[in-house]
Amino acid sequence: MAFLSNFPKAALQIQLKSAGARCFNASTTTQSSKSKKTLAKPNVRNVVLVEGVRTPFLMSGTDYKDLMPHNLATKTLSGLIKRTGVDKDVIDYVVYGTVIQEVKTSNIAREAMLSAGFKDTTPAHTVTQACISSNQAITTAIGLIAAGQCEAVVAGGVEFMSDVPIRHSRKMRKIMLDSSKAKTTGKKLQLLWKAMSPAVWTPELPAVAEFSTSETMGHSADRLCTAFGITRLAQDEFAMRSHKFAADAIQAGLLTDVLPYKVPKVAEYITKDNGVRPSSLEQMSKLKPAFIKPFGTITAANASFLTDGASACLLMSEEKALSLGLKPKAYLRDFVYVSQDPKDQLLLGPAYATPKVLDKAGLSLADIDVFEYHEAFAGQILANLTALESDEFAKKFLGKSAK
Amino acid sequence: MAGRFVGVFRQISTVNRSLARVSGDHGLKNFFSTTARMDFGKYLTYTVKDGIAVAKFDEKDAKVNLLVKFDEKDAKVNTLNRGTMAEFQEVYKEITNNPNVKGMVVISGKADCFIAGADINMISDCKNVQEATALSRNGQDMFNNLENMKIPVVAAINGSCLGGGLETALACHYRIAVNSKKTSMGVPEVMLGLLPGAGGTQRLLKLLPFQTAMPMMLTGKAYNAKSGKKIGLVDHVVEPIGVGIKSANENTMEELEREAILTAKGLADGTIKKPVRSKKGLNKYIDMFASSRLGNIFWEKGVKDAVMKQTKGKYPAPLRIIEVAKTGAQQGPRAGYEAEAKAFGELAMTPESKALVGLFNGQTALKKNKFGKPEREVKTLGMLGAGLMGAGIAQVSIDKGIDVILKDVTTQGLSRGEDQIIKGLDTKVQRKKITSFEKDQVLTHLEPTINYEHFSKCDIIVEAVFEDLKLKHKVVREVEQKIPEHCIFASNTSALPITSIAEASIRPDKFIGMHYFSPVDKMQLLEIITTDKTSQDTAASAVSVGLKQGKVVIVVKDGPGFYTTRILAPTLSEAVRALQEGVSPSKLDSLTRGFGWPVGVATLADEVGIDVAAHVAEDLGKAFGERFGGGNINVLRDMVTAGFLGRKSGKGVYLYQSKSKKRPENTEAKAILDRYKLDPKPGNTDEDVQYRLASRFINEAVMCLQEGILANPMEGDIGAVFGLGFPPFLGGPFRYIDLHGAKQLVDRMKKYHDWYGVAFEPCQLLLDHAKDPSKKFHTR
Repeated sequence: MAFLSNFPKAALQIQLKSAGARCFNASTTTQSSKSKKTLAKPNVRNVVLVEGVRTPFLMSGTDYKDLMPHNLATKTLSGLIKRTGVDKDVIDYVVYGTVIQEVKTSNIAREAMLSAGFKDTTPAHTVTQACISSNQAITTAIGLIAAGQCEAVVAGGVEFMSDVPIRHSRKMRKIMLDSSKAKTTGKKLQLLWKAMSPAVWTPELPAVAEFSTSETMGHSADRLCTAFGITRLAQDEFAMRSHKFAADAIQAGLLTDVLPYKVPKVAEYITKDNGVRPSSLEQMSKLKPAFIKPFGTITAANASFLTDGASACLLMSEEKALSLGLKPKAYLRDFVYVSQDPKDQLLLGPAYATPKVLDKAGLSLADIDVFEYHEAFAGQILANLTALESDEFAKKFLGKSAK
Repeated sequence: MAGRFVGVFRQISTVNRSLARVSGDHGLKNFFSTTARMDFGKYLTYTVKDGIAVAKFDEKDAKVNLLVKFDEKDAKVNTLNRGTMAEFQEVYKEITNNPNVKGMVVISGKADCFIAGADINMISDCKNVQEATALSRNGQDMFNNLENMKIPVVAAINGSCLGGGLETALACHYRIAVNSKKTSMGVPEVMLGLLPGAGGTQRLLKLLPFQTAMPMMLTGKAYNAKSGKKIGLVDHVVEPIGVGIKSANENTMEELEREAILTAKGLADGTIKKPVRSKKGLNKYIDMFASSRLGNIFWEKGVKDAVMKQTKGKYPAPLRIIEVAKTGAQQGPRAGYEAEAKAFGELAMTPESKALVGLFNGQTALKKNKFGKPEREVKTLGMLGAGLMGAGIAQVSIDKGIDVILKDVTTQGLSRGEDQIIKGLDTKVQRKKITSFEKDQVLTHLEPTINYEHFSKCDIIVEAVFEDLKLKHKVVREVEQKIPEHCIFASNTSALPITSIAEASIRPDKFIGMHYFSPVDKMQLLEIITTDKTSQDTAASAVSVGLKQGKVVIVVKDGPGFYTTRILAPTLSEAVRALQEGVSPSKLDSLTRGFGWPVGVATLADEVGIDVAAHVAEDLGKAFGERFGGGNINVLRDMVTAGFLGRKSGKGVYLYQSKSKKRPENTEAKAILDRYKLDPKPGNTDEDVQYRLASRFINEAVMCLQEGILANPMEGDIGAVFGLGFPPFLGGPFRYIDLHGAKQLVDRMKKYHDWYGVAFEPCQLLLDHAKDPSKKFHTR
């Protein structure tokens, strides 16, 4: 599970959306002349990205483990304000995306912005759509601005896998709820008697599996790799490449969006993602499959880690940004959401979304300098690229004559 | 007819359809290569990949025989026939002689079918015990060879793996199965009156605990990949792969093959060990005892008593299975295999087996719509009445993706009906047949309503309102105003003539009868009734709906009581006469059950409803006159007046208490019977009572064929067994006459005729068969 971090770095401002966890970056560079001068739409306001920040992303159960999720979100909100120098009162709205909710802060956007000292008259809401939740927050913000509802919106994402809501069983919950109504000793004893069964005491873990198919994402991803013939070696190579790029970027100081985080009682500031682990193919090949045993291809080395982290970005209407003297980092032009069969194509979003958003913008693959996909598994990216490369797939599933 | 039947025949009804098929001509023996893939022959391909031999069952363009050629789908399965077996022997020889082969994989080229079983016709074609025994020995030898191979042999299973298919897999050293709904592993031979004759009885008991293996053989219970892994039948489960550039099936089969090859290699070089499954705990001790002479109690009390209780000893196959398994367990494999082959040979020649095979073939043949494809597919069904029947019909329809508008007069009735449907689906969820998510999706096909608002969308209407001609006429007139031109109107009635109901219709060509049996989600039969005016396309549509609902569909001509009700009526009438003669209801039940009926006839009357029985007796009595007489109709009338309507009213022939399973006889009903007491005929034995009931049933069935109500004897057999519970081991009324002779029946009827008169007059067709024993209703 990972979060929003894909602020467009490409020359062209397109946000690609897919329903999948994002972690690995697939970047392809093409060199050719652009076919279109502008992507601005008539009668639609220009929406711009002013700035984006995030906490370091840590493997869950490490240094962040004693925090609460909104602590991380609060840090990004105040960090964003400090970095841009924008007055908090300028912010009209805050939207956050999250997947596994901390029940105490179910509208985490609101709790985080109050903690961050935003004015209490600024509304906030939280969205969820599996791995794409943070992007849903951004596009929600785009919608609010484009519709003229707001001028400046903060959108972000937060996930905290170090602590997840583990519940009492439904039976126990029922006993607990009934106990407040049980007035007589007899009724209370009855409830006590019911609580004697071990089944009552078995806790419920939050579902990591899809509700509709009862399948976990890793399992589905492994089957997807098989379906597209993605080998273990190819996955390991691709994962190695991603880790190397990340490590190089950290080394070169390119990740300017990362804010240092102070965890109470931890001596050093947290300044870096701790899940970037460049390794050798040989070492990677030693790992056993994590989901489909013993012949599966996805391992801990070619998948993303369970993560704690948060992010925030500031979106504005172009006029507002310019009037405040801010220099937009990007113009946000278009987006597309897709959904497919939750069983066999759960993680195949990019293969559908890429041609669709390009068609919508009237662009071709050649117009794009850099694609950036954020997904949880190396094999998943490779499966999607294989699908995009295939005329067969384009014909069968995209209704196109060729790729 | 609201008959509720449980028991043995239900097992029959679940015999896997794909079990049977067809021998092609037995050509074989091509040239073999050990290096490259090449077509090995008609039934198998053989390749060596990476030192692992892959034998792939993939029957090509199999010639189909008369019985099952109707359905092309049936040709898409692999069977063990002489051709397959011969080619497999060749592959075996080839592999054993090739030192480069380090392991072997047995797999199918078809995604939905590993091997569906032995070719039933190959068994039916055996002329005598010796031939059938030899067949079994052949299979045993082949699989023993396979099992004794020095290299590891891995079975890679996807789809049906039944009977001889599972025996093939059992002879392999390691079993991999795909976790798909199509994967089904079991030995259903018992349902055909046979036993797993190629080592199945011996290997299953060796592999699995006594407590799992015996029920598997005795009931034909099949397992999927996951539950198979749990019990120890499967060593490794492969998850199905979805669509990629290639189709889901291709991907899944490729992955299965890849994992099987990796497993075979791993087993060969020792990097993979076969999971050792020691039988643990109680199972260990049960198995230990069962295989010693001290353990007879498990065989006698544990399984045999249960079988006897359920079958009354009418089915030889389960008893022989116990005997053969016990021989193997106590006296070792040599004696076990010998006993298996012998018992297989003998069972194959029993009339019980022939009867059961006949039913199976009939059931398979009826999967085909003889009226062809309807002009338009039925997408929306309007169900009138949300009672037991209506809700049941709605359930089996939405289950298969047909949209159903369920209409009742009151919201209370509607809510009760919807609850029944939800409960039925919940049971399926509990049994893991569907997931709760799938249940929700199924339920979206249901639209409960108390008005006709969306009836303009309906392609077919099925009415299940109260059995009253005036009411039905009113409903027909009302509904025909609301439905589109092409919509079919089907009446679910058990006795009212369709022609009379159709009189109210403005488009009689679209009018048809669909007689379901209760409980609809359990009873397999659907009796479709056509009138002289019913069009071919209407019939085609109704049959296709029935098939979609998973029913075994027979199509009969309209007439009083159609087929099933008509043959049941004289039987019930005779039962009332027996009661009047002082046979107690429980005695009558035990006599009829002793004859092989799954439900005693007195119990049946209560289940059907005494009021319904009275209604039917009266109507059919009027139509057929004295011939349908027997018991005094006033017995039923008085019972109805007294409120003894059967199970539904808590009182009938028996008394029903809501929480107790005990059903004492209803003494008040006894008092009514005493008022109409008859003296039994001198010399009337228990057997006479049994045959008085059966002969009237059978004679009426034959008469239905004679009069053209029935199109053929096969549908008559299927209707009697699947709708009314006629003893399956007798194969239906027509099969019974073929196997046991018409003359003995006619002779008995003559005796009863002397006692009771015209009710026992054999019909002409039955007399013809009695006169000429070479005349048969069935050709095979």
